[in-house]
Amino acid sequence: MTPKGVTLNTNSHKIKFARRFIRTLLKMRKNAPSSSSIEEIRKRSQRIKIAAYSSMAHAVGSRRAWSRAILFKLRNRARHHGMMRRRSMKKRVIKNDPPGDQSQTNKLRQLVPGGKAMDMCSLLEETAHYISCLSTQVKVMQTIADHLSK
Amino acid sequence: MSSRRSRSRQSGGSRITDDQINDLVSKLQQLLPEIRDRRSDKASAANVLQETCNYIRNLHREVDDLSERLSELLATTDTAQAAIIRSLLMQ
Repeated sequence: MTPKGVTLNTNSHKIKFARRFIRTLLKMRKNAPSSSSIEEIRKRSQRIKIAAYSSMAHAVGSRRAWSRAILFKLRNRARHHGMMRRRSMKKRVIKNDPPGDQSQTNKLRQLVPGGKAMDMCSLLEETAHYISCLSTQVKVMQTIADHLSK
Repeated sequence: MSSRRSRSRQSGGSRITDDQINDLVSKLQQLLPEIRDRRSDKASAANVLQETCNYIRNLHREVDDLSERLSELLATTDTAQAAIIRSLLMQ
């Protein structure tokens, strides 16, 4: 089922992601005040979200363009606020998209981290890898949430 | 500086062919639950790209929702439950 050419290796990513992510969660729990206000919960969910994307990017490492883009953004988090949004990308946009798919391709570029600076082939390859990692990320988060709500 | 990091793009002047694109699009299609089982000739490239965008948006939304849920759960988690998550690490 795994399309060849796209090295997935999802299982090792899954374990690495889970380890990192759970470690962060436990740290957050330890530092959390005993009673949490709505505001605190909201802020923490933002931190959890960033931790999730960052843990996955770290699990994948810098071999992939999309994970490099996330890691790069995280490193500059102090300077760029709103880091998970892809607003402030000044990278040049490469236009060799097949005609007709222009708008869909542009939408895809917005959704895949670092996508704006990729040529068409890399965009498609990176998208495939990003999708499989993202769905692993969701599955692990789901598992943790289910275990906690038991 | 960031431009240097982008891998040598198509060095040697090799042009991207339609075949290459089609190949990658059909690989992408395999990853999409919505249209995975459809025959490849039925889904156009634009269709696959659109479904890809939808799928990524859904996954992002799920991450948002799960982050919120986990944050709420962390507020009520006791040490026994913390031990459970820790044990997940060992799986």
